Amino acid sequence: MQVSTKVTQRAATAASGSAVIILAFSGDISSASKDAILSAYHGLESAASPLLLDFTSVDYINSSGIAIIIQVLLEAHKVGPRSIGIFGLSPHFKKVFTMVGISKYASLYEDEKTALA
Amino acid sequence: MRSGSSVEVRIPSELGFEKVAMSTASSMAALMGFSPERIEDLKTAVAEACINAIEHGNQLDASLNVGVILSTTDDELEVRVIDDGTGMDHAPALPNIDRKMLGEEDTRGMGMFLIQALVDEAEWHQGPPGKSFVRLVIRLDAKEEDGRKDDEKTDKENH
Repeated sequence: MQVSTKVTQRAATAASGSAVIILAFSGDISSASKDAILSAYHGLESAASPLLLDFTSVDYINSSGIAIIIQVLLEAHKVGPRSIGIFGLSPHFKKVFTMVGISKYASLYEDEKTALA
Repeated sequence: MRSGSSVEVRIPSELGFEKVAMSTASSMAALMGFSPERIEDLKTAVAEACINAIEHGNQLDASLNVGVILSTTDDELEVRVIDDGTGMDHAPALPNIDRKMLGEEDTRGMGMFLIQALVDEAEWHQGPPGKSFVRLVIRLDAKEEDGRKDDEKTDKENH
Protein backbone atom coordinates (compact mmCIF):
# COMPACT_ATOMS: atom_id res chain seq x y z
CA MET A 1 0.00 0.00 0.00
CA GLN A 2 3.00 2.31 -0.03
CA VAL A 3 3.05 4.95 -2.75
CA SER A 4 6.15 4.81 -4.91
CA THR A 5 8.72 7.55 -5.39
CA LYS A 6 9.51 9.01 -8.79
CA VAL A 7 12.93 10.56 -9.22
CA THR A 8 13.91 12.75 -12.14
CA GLN A 9 17.25 14.38 -12.84
CA ARG A 10 17.75 17.79 -14.44
CA ALA A 11 20.57 20.26 -14.89
CA ALA A 12 20.59 23.83 -13.64
CA THR A 13 23.05 26.68 -13.39
CA ALA A 14 23.82 28.47 -10.15
CA ALA A 15 24.08 32.28 -10.03
CA SER A 16 27.87 31.80 -9.93
CA GLY A 17 27.70 30.06 -13.32
CA SER A 18 28.60 26.60 -12.05
CA ALA A 19 26.63 23.56 -13.18
CA VAL A 20 24.27 22.04 -10.63
CA ILE A 21 22.41 18.73 -10.74
CA ILE A 22 18.88 18.58 -9.36
CA LEU A 23 17.26 15.31 -8.30
CA ALA A 24 13.53 15.96 -8.05
CA PHE A 25 11.38 13.59 -5.99
CA SER A 26 7.64 13.09 -6.25
CA GLY A 27 5.20 10.85 -4.40
CA ASP A 28 6.12 9.50 -0.99
CA ILE A 29 9.52 9.17 0.66
CA SER A 30 9.33 5.99 2.75
CA SER A 31 11.05 2.62 3.10
CA ALA A 32 9.70 1.79 -0.38
CA SER A 33 11.77 4.61 -1.89
CA LYS A 34 15.22 3.08 -1.32
CA ASP A 35 15.84 1.57 -4.77
CA ALA A 36 14.45 4.57 -6.68
CA ILE A 37 16.44 7.17 -4.74
CA LEU A 38 19.75 5.30 -4.41
CA SER A 39 19.81 4.13 -8.03
CA ALA A 40 19.10 7.71 -9.16
CA TYR A 41 21.94 8.95 -6.98
CA HIS A 42 24.35 6.25 -8.22
CA GLY A 43 23.36 7.05 -11.80
CA LEU A 44 24.25 10.75 -11.60
CA GLU A 45 26.16 12.05 -14.57
CA SER A 46 28.72 13.82 -12.43
CA ALA A 47 30.09 12.62 -9.09
CA ALA A 48 31.33 16.06 -8.06
CA SER A 49 28.84 18.71 -9.19
CA PRO A 50 26.84 20.46 -6.53
CA LEU A 51 23.63 18.53 -5.97
CA LEU A 52 20.19 19.82 -5.05
CA LEU A 53 17.39 17.56 -3.78
CA ASP A 54 13.97 18.89 -4.75
CA PHE A 55 11.07 17.93 -2.44
CA THR A 56 8.49 20.30 -3.96
CA SER A 57 6.29 17.46 -5.25
CA VAL A 58 6.67 15.13 -2.28
CA ASP A 59 3.40 14.36 -0.48
CA TYR A 60 4.58 12.35 2.52
CA ILE A 61 7.87 11.66 4.31
CA ASN A 62 8.44 9.29 7.21
CA SER A 63 11.54 8.43 9.25
CA SER A 64 12.40 5.48 6.99
CA GLY A 65 12.44 7.89 4.05
CA ILE A 66 14.57 10.36 5.99
CA ALA A 67 17.04 7.48 6.61
CA ILE A 68 17.39 7.05 2.83
CA ILE A 69 18.15 10.77 2.40
CA ILE A 70 20.80 10.45 5.12
CA GLN A 71 22.20 7.46 3.16
CA VAL A 72 22.57 9.74 0.11
CA LEU A 73 24.36 12.36 2.21
CA LEU A 74 26.62 9.68 3.71
CA GLU A 75 27.61 8.34 0.28
CA ALA A 76 28.25 11.87 -1.03
CA HIS A 77 30.34 12.64 2.05
CA LYS A 78 32.47 9.50 1.56
CA VAL A 79 33.80 10.49 -1.87
CA GLY A 80 34.82 13.98 -0.84
CA PRO A 81 33.39 17.43 -0.32
CA ARG A 82 30.23 17.84 -2.39
CA SER A 83 27.83 20.67 -1.87
CA ILE A 84 24.34 19.31 -1.23
CA GLY A 85 21.27 21.45 -0.83
CA ILE A 86 17.62 20.62 -0.20
CA PHE A 87 14.63 22.72 -1.21
CA GLY A 88 10.86 22.43 -1.47
CA LEU A 89 10.21 21.04 2.00
CA SER A 90 7.11 22.19 3.88
CA PRO A 91 7.83 24.27 7.02
CA HIS A 92 6.99 21.16 9.08
CA PHE A 93 9.51 18.93 7.32
CA LYS A 94 12.13 21.68 7.28
CA LYS A 95 11.73 21.58 11.09
CA VAL A 96 11.91 17.75 11.16
CA PHE A 97 15.02 17.65 8.93
CA THR A 98 16.65 20.20 11.26
CA MET A 99 15.64 18.16 14.34
CA VAL A 100 17.36 15.02 13.04
CA GLY A 101 20.48 17.00 12.10
CA ILE A 102 20.33 16.87 8.29
CA SER A 103 20.88 20.65 8.24
CA LYS A 104 24.46 19.99 9.47
CA TYR A 105 25.28 18.17 6.24
CA ALA A 106 22.97 19.78 3.67
CA SER A 107 21.78 23.36 3.34
CA LEU A 108 18.01 23.78 3.51
CA TYR A 109 16.53 26.35 1.12
CA GLU A 110 13.03 27.71 0.63
CA ASP A 111 12.87 27.10 -3.11
CA GLU A 112 14.94 26.45 -6.27
CA LYS A 113 15.64 30.14 -6.89
CA THR A 114 17.11 30.60 -3.40
CA ALA A 115 19.04 27.34 -3.68
CA LEU A 116 20.70 28.46 -6.93
CA ALA A 117 21.42 32.02 -5.78
CA MET B 1 -16.19 18.97 19.51
CA ARG B 2 -17.66 17.71 22.75
CA SER B 3 -15.12 16.88 25.47
CA GLY B 4 -15.01 13.14 26.07
CA SER B 5 -15.45 12.20 22.40
CA SER B 6 -13.72 9.02 21.28
CA VAL B 7 -12.95 7.51 17.88
CA GLU B 8 -11.46 4.08 17.22
CA VAL B 9 -9.77 2.96 14.02
CA ARG B 10 -8.24 -0.44 13.18
CA ILE B 11 -5.65 -0.57 10.43
CA PRO B 12 -4.01 -3.63 8.80
CA SER B 13 -0.37 -4.28 9.69
CA GLU B 14 0.75 -3.14 6.26
CA LEU B 15 2.96 -0.12 5.65
CA GLY B 16 1.02 2.67 4.03
CA PHE B 17 -2.07 2.29 6.21
CA GLU B 18 -0.59 4.66 8.78
CA LYS B 19 -1.99 7.39 6.51
CA VAL B 20 -5.54 6.40 7.54
CA ALA B 21 -4.68 6.98 11.20
CA MET B 22 -2.93 10.25 10.27
CA SER B 23 -6.06 11.55 8.49
CA THR B 24 -8.30 10.66 11.43
CA ALA B 25 -5.96 12.33 13.93
CA SER B 26 -5.69 15.38 11.67
CA SER B 27 -9.49 15.71 11.40
CA MET B 28 -10.02 15.42 15.16
CA ALA B 29 -7.25 17.89 15.94
CA ALA B 30 -8.72 20.37 13.45
CA LEU B 31 -12.18 20.03 15.01
CA MET B 32 -10.63 20.77 18.41
CA GLY B 33 -9.01 23.98 17.11
CA PHE B 34 -5.35 22.96 17.00
CA SER B 35 -3.15 25.11 14.74
CA PRO B 36 -2.05 23.75 11.32
CA GLU B 37 1.52 23.48 12.60
CA ARG B 38 0.47 21.43 15.61
CA ILE B 39 -1.68 19.20 13.43
CA GLU B 40 1.34 18.47 11.20
CA ASP B 41 3.35 17.58 14.32
CA LEU B 42 0.62 15.17 15.45
CA LYS B 43 0.29 13.58 12.00
CA THR B 44 4.00 12.76 11.86
CA ALA B 45 4.00 11.42 15.44
CA VAL B 46 0.95 9.22 14.73
CA ALA B 47 2.54 7.97 11.49
CA GLU B 48 5.73 7.00 13.29
CA ALA B 49 3.82 5.29 16.12
CA CYS B 50 1.74 3.29 13.63
CA ILE B 51 4.81 2.34 11.58
CA ASN B 52 6.53 1.07 14.73
CA ALA B 53 3.40 -0.92 15.64
CA ILE B 54 3.14 -2.39 12.12
CA GLU B 55 6.83 -3.22 11.68
CA HIS B 56 8.03 -4.07 15.18
CA GLY B 57 4.95 -4.77 17.30
CA ASN B 58 3.02 -6.78 14.74
CA GLN B 59 6.04 -7.83 12.62
CA LEU B 60 4.17 -6.94 9.39
CA ASP B 61 1.80 -9.85 10.11
CA ALA B 62 -1.18 -9.35 7.80
CA SER B 63 -3.45 -11.27 10.19
CA LEU B 64 -2.97 -8.63 12.93
CA ASN B 65 -4.41 -5.13 13.19
CA VAL B 66 -3.09 -1.98 14.81
CA GLY B 67 -5.69 -0.26 16.99
CA VAL B 68 -5.74 3.53 17.16
CA ILE B 69 -7.98 5.16 19.78
CA LEU B 70 -8.38 8.93 19.77
CA SER B 71 -9.98 10.62 22.81
CA THR B 72 -10.64 14.25 23.68
CA THR B 73 -10.90 16.27 26.85
CA ASP B 74 -11.47 20.03 27.06
CA ASP B 75 -7.94 20.86 26.00
CA GLU B 76 -6.25 17.56 25.13
CA LEU B 77 -6.27 15.06 22.32
CA GLU B 78 -4.92 11.66 23.30
CA VAL B 79 -3.97 9.01 20.72
CA ARG B 80 -3.23 5.43 21.73
CA VAL B 81 -1.62 3.13 19.18
CA ILE B 82 -1.98 -0.52 20.19
CA ASP B 83 -0.23 -3.59 18.78
CA ASP B 84 0.25 -7.25 19.68
CA GLY B 85 3.94 -6.94 20.48
CA THR B 86 5.78 -7.15 23.77
CA GLY B 87 6.63 -3.44 23.80
CA MET B 88 9.95 -1.74 24.52
CA ASP B 89 11.79 -2.66 27.68
CA HIS B 90 14.25 0.19 27.27
CA ALA B 91 14.38 3.47 25.44
CA PRO B 92 16.60 3.35 22.36
CA ALA B 93 19.66 5.63 22.21
CA LEU B 94 19.04 9.11 20.80
CA PRO B 95 19.83 9.25 17.08
CA ASN B 96 23.16 10.92 16.30
CA ILE B 97 23.55 12.32 12.79
CA ASP B 98 27.37 12.51 13.07
CA ARG B 99 27.60 8.81 13.92
CA LYS B 100 25.18 7.98 11.11
CA MET B 101 27.32 9.95 8.65
CA LEU B 102 30.40 8.01 9.78
CA GLY B 103 28.59 4.72 9.31
CA GLU B 104 28.80 4.04 13.07
CA GLU B 105 25.04 4.02 13.54
CA ASP B 106 22.15 2.71 11.44
CA THR B 107 20.61 5.53 9.40
CA ARG B 108 17.20 4.29 10.59
CA GLY B 109 15.82 4.44 14.11
CA MET B 110 14.55 8.02 14.40
CA GLY B 111 10.86 7.23 14.89
CA MET B 112 10.73 7.29 18.69
CA PHE B 113 12.87 10.42 18.86
CA LEU B 114 10.49 12.24 16.47
CA ILE B 115 7.43 11.10 18.42
CA GLN B 116 8.86 12.48 21.69
CA ALA B 117 9.94 15.72 20.05
CA LEU B 118 6.66 16.46 18.29
CA VAL B 119 3.96 15.86 20.95
CA ASP B 120 3.47 17.12 24.52
CA GLU B 121 3.52 13.65 26.08
CA ALA B 122 4.62 10.24 24.79
CA GLU B 123 4.62 7.09 26.90
CA TRP B 124 5.25 3.49 25.97
CA HIS B 125 3.32 0.81 27.87
CA GLN B 126 3.44 -2.96 28.04
CA GLY B 127 0.27 -4.98 28.71
CA PRO B 128 -2.38 -6.22 29.09
CA PRO B 129 -0.82 -9.56 28.12
CA GLY B 130 -0.28 -9.76 24.38
CA LYS B 131 -0.76 -6.04 23.84
CA SER B 132 1.43 -2.97 24.09
CA PHE B 133 0.68 0.63 23.27
CA VAL B 134 2.11 4.09 22.95
CA ARG B 135 0.12 7.02 24.35
CA LEU B 136 0.53 10.41 22.65
CA VAL B 137 -0.98 13.65 23.94
CA ILE B 138 -1.17 17.12 22.46
CA ARG B 139 -2.64 20.06 24.40
CA LEU B 140 -4.23 23.24 23.14
CA ASP B 141 -2.07 26.25 23.87
CA ALA B 142 -3.61 29.52 25.14
CA LYS B 143 -4.02 30.98 21.63
CA GLU B 144 -5.65 27.80 20.26
CA GLU B 145 -7.92 27.62 23.32
CA ASP B 146 -9.07 31.25 22.81
CA GLY B 147 -9.75 30.52 19.15
CA ARG B 148 -11.83 27.47 20.07
CA LYS B 149 -13.86 29.43 22.67
CA ASP B 150 -14.57 32.09 20.01
CA ASP B 151 -15.79 29.36 17.63
CA GLU B 152 -18.06 27.87 20.34
CA LYS B 153 -19.49 31.35 21.09
CA THR B 154 -20.19 31.94 17.38
CA ASP B 155 -21.87 28.52 17.12
CA LYS B 156 -24.18 29.35 20.06
CA GLU B 157 -25.10 32.76 18.60
CA ASN B 158 -25.95 31.19 15.26
CA HIS B 159 -28.32 28.56 16.74
